[in-house]
Amino acid sequence: MAYLINCPHCGKRATDEFYVKGDATKARPTAIGDGTLDQWHDYVNIRENVRGRIAEYWHHTGGCRQWLVVERDSVTHEVYGVTPAQDWKPATPGASSPARKTAARKTPAKKAGGKRS
Amino acid sequence: MTSFRFDKGGLIDRQTSVGFSFDGKQMTGHAGDTLASALLANGQLLMGRSFKYHRPRSVVTCGAAEPNALMEIGEGGRLEPNTRATMQELYDGLIAKSQNRWPTLERDFGAINSLASSLFVAGFYYKTFMWPKKFWEAIYEPIIRKAAGLGHLSHEADPDRYEKAYAHCDVLVVGSGPAGLMAALAAARTGARVIVADEHARLGGSLIKEREEIAGADGVSWAEGILSELAAMKNVRLMPRTTVFGAYDDAVFGALERVQKNVAEPDHNVPVEKLWRIITKRCVLAAGAEERPIVFGGNDKPGVMMASAMRAYANQYAVAPGRSVTVFTSTDSGYRTARDMKAHGVHVEVIIDSRADAPELETNGVPVMRGALVTNVKGGKHGMSAVEINGHDMIPCQSLAMSGGWSPVVHLACMRGAKPVWNDGLSCFMPPAHDPWTIPAGSANGKWQLSDCLADGAAAGTKAAVDAGFKASKAAIPKARDDAGHAVSPLWWVKQSTGKAFVDYQNDVSAKDLPLAAREGYDHIELAKRYTTSGMATDQGKLGNVNAIGILAEATGKSIADIGTTTFRPFYTPVSFGALGGQHVGNHFQPVRRSPLHGWAEKLGAAFVETGQWHRSSWFPREGEDWLAAMSREVINTRRNVGLCDVSTLGKIEIKGKDAAEFINRLYSNPFLKLPVGKARYGLMLREDGFVGDDGTTSRLGDNHFFMTTTTGHAAQSMRDIEFAHQALWPELDVQYVSVTDEWAQMAIAGPKSREVLASVVDAELSNEAFPFLAAGEVTVLGHIPGRLFRISFSGELAYELAVPAGFGDAVASAIMHAGQPHSILPYGLEALSSMRVEKGFITHNEINGRHTAGDVGLGRMASNKKDYIGRMMSEREGLNDPDRMQLVGVRPLDPAKRFRAGAHLLKVNDKPSTKNDQGYVSSAAWSPTLDSWIGLAMLKRGRERHGERIMLWDGLRDVYIEAEVCNPVFVDPEGEKTHA
Repeated sequence: MAYLINCPHCGKRATDEFYVKGDATKARPTAIGDGTLDQWHDYVNIRENVRGRIAEYWHHTGGCRQWLVVERDSVTHEVYGVTPAQDWKPATPGASSPARKTAARKTPAKKAGGKRS
Repeated sequence: MTSFRFDKGGLIDRQTSVGFSFDGKQMTGHAGDTLASALLANGQLLMGRSFKYHRPRSVVTCGAAEPNALMEIGEGGRLEPNTRATMQELYDGLIAKSQNRWPTLERDFGAINSLASSLFVAGFYYKTFMWPKKFWEAIYEPIIRKAAGLGHLSHEADPDRYEKAYAHCDVLVVGSGPAGLMAALAAARTGARVIVADEHARLGGSLIKEREEIAGADGVSWAEGILSELAAMKNVRLMPRTTVFGAYDDAVFGALERVQKNVAEPDHNVPVEKLWRIITKRCVLAAGAEERPIVFGGNDKPGVMMASAMRAYANQYAVAPGRSVTVFTSTDSGYRTARDMKAHGVHVEVIIDSRADAPELETNGVPVMRGALVTNVKGGKHGMSAVEINGHDMIPCQSLAMSGGWSPVVHLACMRGAKPVWNDGLSCFMPPAHDPWTIPAGSANGKWQLSDCLADGAAAGTKAAVDAGFKASKAAIPKARDDAGHAVSPLWWVKQSTGKAFVDYQNDVSAKDLPLAAREGYDHIELAKRYTTSGMATDQGKLGNVNAIGILAEATGKSIADIGTTTFRPFYTPVSFGALGGQHVGNHFQPVRRSPLHGWAEKLGAAFVETGQWHRSSWFPREGEDWLAAMSREVINTRRNVGLCDVSTLGKIEIKGKDAAEFINRLYSNPFLKLPVGKARYGLMLREDGFVGDDGTTSRLGDNHFFMTTTTGHAAQSMRDIEFAHQALWPELDVQYVSVTDEWAQMAIAGPKSREVLASVVDAELSNEAFPFLAAGEVTVLGHIPGRLFRISFSGELAYELAVPAGFGDAVASAIMHAGQPHSILPYGLEALSSMRVEKGFITHNEINGRHTAGDVGLGRMASNKKDYIGRMMSEREGLNDPDRMQLVGVRPLDPAKRFRAGAHLLKVNDKPSTKNDQGYVSSAAWSPTLDSWIGLAMLKRGRERHGERIMLWDGLRDVYIEAEVCNPVFVDPEGEKTHA
């Protein structure tokens, strides 16, 4: 895992200061009631084990206490960008469009490099 | 023994004698010695016994890769096993013991294993101890465990201090040899902040081990000149005795500084070891190269040594393993040892060069045998007597120097997953090219000549500084006298050997084990490593791995590049647990949280219990009382009169904003939108997967102002969840929240007389009409202290919780105790609180354990279906609404004196314990002073319809069966009349 995370509020901080919740690619469904359980199941339980670029919710517990979305590479550990959670727009489960976001990416996506074991 | 010290020479301080002991024998060395060099100087060639065959072993290297000379250093709590004698600085009073021998190093019973060595082949344990199966645990494993392992651990506490620290720089230079010094100088002159770390006590790397000439001076003087120049620069930090052990993401490196491992009695104000995290922009890897042994018969006998190590012992420490030397080499660098030893007056018999076409090199008159092989070594535990050449010729001599080529120390460049790259021309694995932060230099980069190392170091230092954003500054490269190169013809294994040939000394892996592993199907290098244990010892195969790869390549017909290396991981050398723990031991293991009422409780003689980081007042014993007696008295008094309990540890969150009510309504499963101002409400929080997550009360102090409490144990997570709900899920809501757990002292005043006691302290009308159950409001306490009063009850009694600013806690609690004296007020602790909550059937995290739904714990009515909230939809899943699910019940033993514990399982009365027969489990158990009985809360299948049924409580850990009756979980005042009184 990357060692230094560039928190948009606090600057570069050690990963020890952060709590990682997990996947940030799915939006919480807005519908409730009959026929919506599949969407909720998808939102709560279904995760891709992605090799490459991923987006995760991180909490800067030892800093500003803000939720952030860290986009990083699960293979090379490169961090592509860190976005405040309120500016992040995950895709709604069931919808086919991939994750999109409003904040500009700081680093362009790079192809995954060396193998890790 | 044959080893000895020269009359002159070396970098030791001959004026300063240093006394030490080895296996109880008093010896003397000099300042500047390592334990290994001092032992050699004392004629102590035998330094240890090998792991498997208990063969006599002596030191074979002069550095971090040492596999043989491992010792126990120190005594009592300071005892440290498996210390490499080559890295241990000698100090006055050092106590060293050899390892892995019984009863003594001289007479080692385990050496009998050698006689049966043909049995101890690769995979021996797997093959031999498979059957009968039940013998493994009872017989084989204890014997193997006793026989295996190296040093012993002390069972005493370590008296020394350890520390963790951070360092920041632009360029980290690992290694202080010719390349490292030039890199540091070139980088430092650009203005970059430079750290130079070297694992040895004396900086200079190979320059102080070899006889070199740079810029007209000898290598030692030149190194000292550069070091003093670096030491004078403000932007340079020199760190000797510091091993950079790990490379991590984002150019962060881990290092261990041995601050006081060179003294008998460390200064207690200074740590003995310091664990550094070095955050840099670039790293110049100038860690040098490791010389490879040659795998031939008897290559582990005392007296056989790496050729470069023999030179280093002679040049730096003025010692030699024997008075005559034979050199066995497949490289040009073996010749250097012959010349150096001759210069020190040691007789050099002959150079055996495995290369038939070896070049003509300067030998100072030592004869050379080309195309010859050493096939065995004659000798025993006190030294060797002769070398066998080509299976027949015997050459008498006391020591043998071997040189099988050089391997760059690539570890730090490979720890993030990149593999080193085999280079056929250089016959070595080179550091991977594409690491963006690590720039290899010098012999770590395959440069064998001194002048190349100096130039490569300067270039690497400049590049590192420029990459880090500095402007290049010209650093002149001094002229150096180059020696013969390190040209090598790989010789992986002398197959003609007539004695046992070792690949991995520390794990006693012989050359024959590797082809055997390949024949048995373990031909992948990672499998062969684990099957043969080659490279698995504490030295991680620093000496043997490349030979093992070469032998495996020959055995499988593959190329070395195809075989590849095993995975490089931190740590480069072992790091003590003391250093990894740092300051976080004993009371400093985690922060201690004390409630604002801690001092108040202490004055009243409270016993405290640790719950997470909190130290909570647990009971208030009187003379002669144990916890049970004290707790019982506290419960009875609270139910009869009145008690005061510290509940400050509850999580407290202040929530404000236009959308505060809407926000809270989405957090709790029960409705909060219409909670009136001045009212408190119990709330249940689910997790998004539908299970219960936490509970607490929230009070409305104003239209847009709420005060929430969470459980003590879940406070931090609930706060994080609340922040997530707002920031990630509903950022459009206008709401603010802040944890105020530490800002308020909160106390429960419970019991039938609580109203009378409080009335004299609080300026508020407290009658049941004016301040009924679940009333909440701001009050003035003792005439001037702002407080908050809640009529809530966790005891089932008429009760209040009063919060005052933390600093007033002690004063207010004391005032209430004083006011309560006429009403027989007593403090009560966590034990009494827990007993009363079990009596009332209230849940805590014993029940909220992630496996139960609101319905399971009897709060199904609190799951609203009129709104969305966290966990709403997932709680509707079919499985979570199965009528067969476990449900909260009470259990009461037929014999009230029979104690049972949480965790006991529930069985039908005549059933045997089994997963199939399992009916549920006891979640909470307590002594009920009110009922004079042990009671419990339990989760039981279809429990609510089974009240009155007989059931068996089975505690498998203590093997007890207790018959009990299933009942209503509310044992006391089920109608709640007292609470509402």
